[in-house]
Amino acid sequence: MKKILAIVLAAVMTLCMMAGCANSNAPVDGSSSGSSAPENESSAPEGEPVDSDFKIGFIFLHDENSTYDKNFIDAANAAKEALGLSDEQVIFKTNIPESNECYEAAADLADRGCDIVFADSFGHEQYMAQAAEEFPEVQFCHATGTTAHTAGLDNFHNAFASIYEGRYLAGIAAGLKLNEMIENGEFAAEEAKIGYVGAYTYAEVISGYTSFFLGARSVCPTATMEVQFTGSWYDETAEKEAANTLISRGCKLISQHADSMGAPTACETAGVPNVSYNGSTVSACPNTFIVSSSINWAPYFEYIVNCVKNGEAIDADWCKGITEGSVVLSEINEQAAAAGTADAIKAASEKFAAGELHVFDTSTFTVDGAALDSYMADVDTDAEYTPDTEVISDGYFHESEMRSAPYFDLRIDGITTLNEKF
Amino acid sequence: MSMPEKSRREPKFHIVKRSSIVWWKAWLVRVAAVAAALVVCALITVVLTGKNPIGVYATMIDGALGTKRRVWSLLQNVAMLLCVSLAVTPAFKMRFWNIGAEGQVLAGGLATAACMILLGNRMPSSLLIVVMAAASIAAGALWAVIPALFRARWNTNETLFTLMMNYIAIQLVSFFTYKWSVPKGSGQIGVINRETKAGWLPAVFGSDYLLNILIVAGLTVFLYVYLRYSKHGYEIEVVGESENTARYIGINVKKVIVRTMLLSGAICGIAGLLLVGGTDHTITRDIAAGRGFTAIMVSWLAKFNPLYMILTSFLIVFLQKGAVEISTIFGLNDSFSDILTGIIIFFIIGSEFFISYSIRRSGLKKGEKAA
Repeated sequence: MKKILAIVLAAVMTLCMMAGCANSNAPVDGSSSGSSAPENESSAPEGEPVDSDFKIGFIFLHDENSTYDKNFIDAANAAKEALGLSDEQVIFKTNIPESNECYEAAADLADRGCDIVFADSFGHEQYMAQAAEEFPEVQFCHATGTTAHTAGLDNFHNAFASIYEGRYLAGIAAGLKLNEMIENGEFAAEEAKIGYVGAYTYAEVISGYTSFFLGARSVCPTATMEVQFTGSWYDETAEKEAANTLISRGCKLISQHADSMGAPTACETAGVPNVSYNGSTVSACPNTFIVSSSINWAPYFEYIVNCVKNGEAIDADWCKGITEGSVVLSEINEQAAAAGTADAIKAASEKFAAGELHVFDTSTFTVDGAALDSYMADVDTDAEYTPDTEVISDGYFHESEMRSAPYFDLRIDGITTLNEKF
Repeated sequence: MSMPEKSRREPKFHIVKRSSIVWWKAWLVRVAAVAAALVVCALITVVLTGKNPIGVYATMIDGALGTKRRVWSLLQNVAMLLCVSLAVTPAFKMRFWNIGAEGQVLAGGLATAACMILLGNRMPSSLLIVVMAAASIAAGALWAVIPALFRARWNTNETLFTLMMNYIAIQLVSFFTYKWSVPKGSGQIGVINRETKAGWLPAVFGSDYLLNILIVAGLTVFLYVYLRYSKHGYEIEVVGESENTARYIGINVKKVIVRTMLLSGAICGIAGLLLVGGTDHTITRDIAAGRGFTAIMVSWLAKFNPLYMILTSFLIVFLQKGAVEISTIFGLNDSFSDILTGIIIFFIIGSEFFISYSIRRSGLKKGEKAA
């Protein structure tokens, strides 16, 4: 009797496991509902569909378990739908490390007849360039890279988004939250200190936390900030620890530029408000999540596909912002956000669109006590960050205009970096 | 977990160690295992994807051999896995459990990368390659000889020691990839000397991979002869069978251990050189890609015979490439290919059990060989 029972149980368990596997596979294909690109209007001209022999290949560093890559995968699926591409026309390669495997993957996609090959991680860049040299008839597009404008290759392109605008808006939400807590008498105005968990002391991170801080200070003038680096783009434990360190140092609000749930969950546990990145964390942090900024890559994907379709050249550097739908803010969590947050964000984004507001307005920050009227940034990448291009004019720092990837690397007054070892 | 019943019952089957097996029977078992594994893989794929199994196998073959690039890539990967397998083999034959090949490859790779970065533009490329080769062989040998010396002198446990040396190597590589990262602070080195190609191993007959393949082919022949026909090879075998016997017939066991591990580490160093200087032109902490551990299986499956190892490493790489292709074509998560490879390897290892043991029905009095 027992034996039969055991066999039946084993069979049921096996079936459950199989069902489980089948289910867990479903979101991989089914995530094309495009949750990350809600109000993005397709920029593709209606009418003639893309050629049926057109193909695009994507190289992702991880798979959809990483928030960073999920953001790209969702956008690719959204673009696929908007452009009416079939399954055969879109090839995904996931978990491609930043090594020669990226070159192998890119070359293999070119062999398969892809017209465009896209890679999503910073470290993929040189391998993409290597493949671009070998396959001049294929377009190689790379997100977050810095060298396309100096590489001298017609078929190698960089892209980014003006995420600093999104960070600035998210910063406004943070500043309003600080104001609310000050008004409620939770702490004095001088104690309004923000904590920020960063990955590396790399321009993309510095540009991110500075724009976030400037957004917060635009509404909460007494705000200061401390930044703790983890030395990794994805290290849940280190990010959680960094957030806890910042909280114990008296930070009243936390934001982060690192890809795991470490900082948001630490905030939820400690009851400290959190402004997130790469997408909403409200389901895991219902009491502390305020808002999140993220890049929506769907407009870029549609842009490159349409370029190839119409036989136009793809920009060596492509960078769009809030207005074009490349930078999006998640829904605001009313439970944690201060009153009036939505209105303030809307007002500021309208000013961005009208060109009245610039994130890095030199009248709003100082470096070593002095306002800047000139700064040479390292735009043409080299190992030593040799400054080569004047980026301040008309009273503001022109971020992401000389090339798509951020190059703002100034340490402004009001922000203290706790560990610049990374 | 049924309780034993009162009446004493004989189990229906016995497992009996085979005294010997005809070679063709052994291969029949192995082929049957691979076939059975493919059937199970097909079943799982069909259940999860609903594709027809013939298509799945076709996809697998296409993934491994579909284009010229894939064939080269397959051969290159076979060569690298084979190289690391060759490296661990003399140590294993000596019953010295070197599971630190991963670290030894990394040490060799790191030394190669260091030469390429630090000396890249200071000497002609041909001289640089000689320096790289010397440095990588020395680094790999050093990484292997440390545990060997400890084992020879203080009889430390080489399994733990070599394993822990892996982690030290990984951390060293992490440290230097940060220190030498381009651009600074990004945490990765990228392609080393992309413009000058200084220190890149030359392409042979227009192929970037052929040199690696030829070098490993040479190593295979060398190791086959070394283990089979040389005095050293004989000493390794005796030490492996029994250290006491070896001592009795006058073999200096300590010397053999140290010498063999130097060889083992040196070949791992060459693997590091070929990976960094030959194909990848960069160093990352996972450049060895688990080959140091897969190699153990390749070596065991081939019964430490370098010529059989060509076959076993080909089989494993072929399966990996094919499984990755299935994941890509059917839009499955990358882990799916790991599942398929896992199933196949499980069956292959399982087949060795049926080669060493036979299952007999009880009751049939076979006389002398009841275990």
